Amino acid sequence: MEHIALIQAYTALALGIIIGLGAIGACIGIGIMGSKFLESAARQPELIPTLQGRMFLLVGLIDAAFLIGVAIAMFFAFANPLLARFS
Amino acid sequence: MAGSSADYIPHHLTHLTVGEGFWSVHADSLIMTAILGIAFLWMFGAAARKATTGVPSRFQAFVELVVEFVDGQIKEVFHGDRSFLAPLALTIFVLVIFMNTMDLIPIDIPGLIASGAGAHYWRVLPTADANTTFAMSITVLMLVIIYSFKAKGAGGYMHELFTSPFGGHPLLWLPNFVLNIVELLSKPVSLAMRLFGNMYAGELVFMLIALLGFAWAGALHDGNIFGFALGFIGQVLMTAAWGIFHVLIILLQAFIFMVLTVVYISMAHEHH
Repeated sequence: MEHIALIQAYTALALGIIIGLGAIGACIGIGIMGSKFLESAARQPELIPTLQGRMFLLVGLIDAAFLIGVAIAMFFAFANPLLARFS
Repeated sequence: MAGSSADYIPHHLTHLTVGEGFWSVHADSLIMTAILGIAFLWMFGAAARKATTGVPSRFQAFVELVVEFVDGQIKEVFHGDRSFLAPLALTIFVLVIFMNTMDLIPIDIPGLIASGAGAHYWRVLPTADANTTFAMSITVLMLVIIYSFKAKGAGGYMHELFTSPFGGHPLLWLPNFVLNIVELLSKPVSLAMRLFGNMYAGELVFMLIALLGFAWAGALHDGNIFGFALGFIGQVLMTAAWGIFHVLIILLQAFIFMVLTVVYISMAHEHH
């Protein structure tokens, strides 16, 4: 019985680390990119439509690794394969 | 649909599986993809057949908007013959949008319809099934390889695989090859996992917010009007907020899948 509690406890810790570290990376990345976009928009306002399209593309790419981490974390939260193997 | 809150999420995460082991097939994803594909062909085919050169109807104007948007994106990146790539990109863009929009249907409605038809499980969102996204990205990988062979010839492509980043010295053949294979394989994996991760996480957040329903149903049963009001209004507000944010994610992920497909195929097509 303690083994199951141990597996669940460590899984919960791991989920926190996955989502937390992923969020730090994604938010800092988007912050840096957003600030560069605002600088260049202030410098050359006529390029704003082009740059905005590229910026949304980059938002999706930067968020990708974080959301893959969230998907894996959710999978472990609700259908934990480590727990299934035990029981 | 009745049951405890602990069973709600695992029940809603189970696919309708047909077959055993390796040969098991997720029938709900396949059928939803087929229905949405036929809907896309029917809609855009109807717009194409009724197209006039005079004043366009609103539907024709909308379809032209989408087609020109996709064509504009391709023109910026790909400088060859667009007659195959443009319909492929349009199909990917609109089909992925249609599939992702299934996420906005309230969670229990597909379950009602499906259990009316006799199915115990039904997941409406095909792109939250890793099989669907990997199927699309493996197709893109095969197209990249075919275009590489077509543009560089069999001998040229093999030469590039073995000598590409570092140089032609025979000692460098193995590192070159390993690096090229890693680059080639990372493209479909990242494409598929990005779309799958976004859609799976979105669907799961909708389900987690829906779990609030058990809370306010319990409060109502106990006669706790304040708890019922708080839970009900909270659930409606949170679902609305996440749904509005998710509309942006849906369009963005389809756009990214399409643009990356076009970029990968155009990278395979360029000569050196």
